[in-house]
Amino acid sequence: MSFLSVIYENVTDWAPRMIAGLQLTLILTAGGFSLALLMALALEYLRSRQNAAVRLLGRIYLALARGIPILVILYLLYFALPAAGLTLPAKLAGIIGLGCVYAAYIAEVLRAGFNALPAGQREAALASGLTPLQTFWLVLLPQAIRHMLAPLLINLTSLMKDSSICALIAVPELTLASREIMSESFLPLPVFMLTALLYFFMAWPASVIARVIDHRLRSYPPRSVSKMPDVKHAMALS
Amino acid sequence: MDSSLMNAVVDALLSGAVTTIKVTAGALAVALCIGIALSAAAFLTSNFVVHAAVRIYVEALRNVPSLTFLFLLYFGLAALGFRLSSMVAAILGLGLIGGAITIDIFRSGFQAVPSGQAEAAASIGLTPLAAFRLIILPQGLRFALPSLGNYAIALIKDTSLVAAIAAPEIMFNARQLVNETFETAFIYGAAALVYLFLTMSVAQGVSLLERRLEVR
Amino acid sequence: MAADILLDVVNLGKSYGDFAVLKGVSFSLRRGERVALIGPSGSGKSTCLRAINYLDPPTQGEVRLDGQVIGRRSDGRRMSDLELAPQRAEIGMVFQHFHLWPHLCVRSNVALQPRKVRGLSHDEAAKLADELLAKVQLGHKADEMPHRLSGGQQQRVAIARALAQQPKLLLFDEPTSALDPELVGEVLTVIKELAGEGRAMVLVTHEIAFAREVADRIIFMDGGRIVEEGPAQSVLDDPQAPRLKQFLTSLAQRERGDG
Ligand SMILES: Nc1ncnc2c1ncn2[C@@H]1O[C@H](COP(=O)(O)OP(=O)(O)O)[C@@H](O)[C@H]1O
Ligand SMILES: [Mg+2]
Repeated sequence: MSFLSVIYENVTDWAPRMIAGLQLTLILTAGGFSLALLMALALEYLRSRQNAAVRLLGRIYLALARGIPILVILYLLYFALPAAGLTLPAKLAGIIGLGCVYAAYIAEVLRAGFNALPAGQREAALASGLTPLQTFWLVLLPQAIRHMLAPLLINLTSLMKDSSICALIAVPELTLASREIMSESFLPLPVFMLTALLYFFMAWPASVIARVIDHRLRSYPPRSVSKMPDVKHAMALS
Repeated sequence: MDSSLMNAVVDALLSGAVTTIKVTAGALAVALCIGIALSAAAFLTSNFVVHAAVRIYVEALRNVPSLTFLFLLYFGLAALGFRLSSMVAAILGLGLIGGAITIDIFRSGFQAVPSGQAEAAASIGLTPLAAFRLIILPQGLRFALPSLGNYAIALIKDTSLVAAIAAPEIMFNARQLVNETFETAFIYGAAALVYLFLTMSVAQGVSLLERRLEVR
Repeated sequence: MAADILLDVVNLGKSYGDFAVLKGVSFSLRRGERVALIGPSGSGKSTCLRAINYLDPPTQGEVRLDGQVIGRRSDGRRMSDLELAPQRAEIGMVFQHFHLWPHLCVRSNVALQPRKVRGLSHDEAAKLADELLAKVQLGHKADEMPHRLSGGQQQRVAIARALAQQPKLLLFDEPTSALDPELVGEVLTVIKELAGEGRAMVLVTHEIAFAREVADRIIFMDGGRIVEEGPAQSVLDDPQAPRLKQFLTSLAQRERGDG
């Protein structure tokens, strides 16, 4: 029984369930990423405050979000919060959990993007009489966004992959949908191969685009500084 | 909170932590071996087939969720007649995924070594292999260290997923204990602290190592 | 007399922690007057210039432009960058490293400020930009991106950008120090032309011959203080302070190539 013939035989049963799972995966991804972007902006804003206590809180948050597995955070949100009187639907718990964790990574991306700009850009803007807000929107953000696009895209695909963890708090997204199909059909290999392929064809184009953007960026605008490959980003890029 | 619960939690999380550490160490070893071997092969040869094969391996495993891949490995191979134990599937699965990550980390590390180093090594008559082993590799490893540290931390966190294929690590044990005691917040909170301790220890260790290597 | 004063710098001081970079600098500038600020590296010239438009807020003293105190509200509190914006708009600044906007074409680099700060329409701002670019001999580069220009061309765009503010005062911080020697001339020519139009400017420079030609007055700074000041001729040809003599000698030696 070949892979294709198995899929062909079962397509009418599997396709609607997998598509429903896929939809949930996309909802978790979109929701989680939007939340993460907003929280990352807030985190970076807090970081820029002078108040030491506020900054300490920000740092503690980053340490927790980076040091604890997503699964644990999802379990706490979904299973432990009800004990405190707050019951979240699984989908919402998933979005919040993914958003909270990725906020920490995206905050790092935002910071790196703005730090990559020479200090003179901000100074020259202020010196010419632009307001701080105009300086941010007209001068700093358009430049920083170039540095952020590729890593943001990478984080988006990572988040999409990590949304599969929501299967373990019973969100019937793609991975859980295929796990259920598997336990009925006893055809684990074709089912999970198909699932893996679906993920691959969502994540791979994004990672190719990210690589192209990153490559463009390194050649533009030409910098006088030597172009050493950035080892720090090797984990995220390429 | 009675002391028998406390004891049960400590027991469960400690034995879980031991498994977590075993899985992490095993997967790390697999990932590093694959990463070094394949990145070195890609560095030393311009053979198209080698490069294409490495690329396919990397792209395939970096664009599929760890959990999906673990299911594929654990349930899929069993259907083919290869019954892997939970532990073996966990180590192999996370190790294979890690290999795809560490290949890129090592490659960037090797590329960060200034090209003059390779030229100087060639000019004193070292063979390409010797030049790689004696000159490029030691320097490249140093450049790769921070990213390897980040990878190790991500790996510890990813081991929590192998609970889903019944490997008795921290989250698996925690979940079982919750099912018996219903002390949800306390047990998962404690599990979070254990992970935090593990990941922060690795972060500390790596930054110590980095500083040690820098002073030379 | 007082009505004739454009810029009044009074007892300006700046410290980083215990380290005093400026130790009470006072001078004033009449309308249309050009002052060159010279001095050894690290003497506080840039800090002084950047204190005038509060990029580096001074820790002591005050700056008045046209009688208006810069960077301080009437209750003496420091202004935020938002409150400072209209005051800074009246002062054009040209930086050593240009700081053009890399994401905007040359014309937009010049047109941004008039559009967004002074409220000109898109077309008005573009027209103004083209006029100013023609003035610095770069009319043909208006559609280029900055990184495609030579350093000298970039600095001329930066000058056009500062002029587009229609500033009362122009500040130049070593505008030719980052340029290859063969590109210095084209930038100096543009600045000389501006000087000929009677614009008020404070110029930090190491080009002594240029300072002599352009500046009405020269201020020599050392160790965060003004050590000597006066008409260009007398300061350069008849220096009194030993430090100034030494400084001029070392510059002359470097120019001859034996320093
Ligand atoms: N942000 C800063 N923190 C501490 N010291 C500074 C800072 N900026 C400038 N300085 C010091 O102030 C002194 C004067 O600098 P600057 O005004 O740039 O001198 P100049 O432009 O005359 O070469 C130098 O000794 C410099 O090291
Ligand atoms: Mg200076």
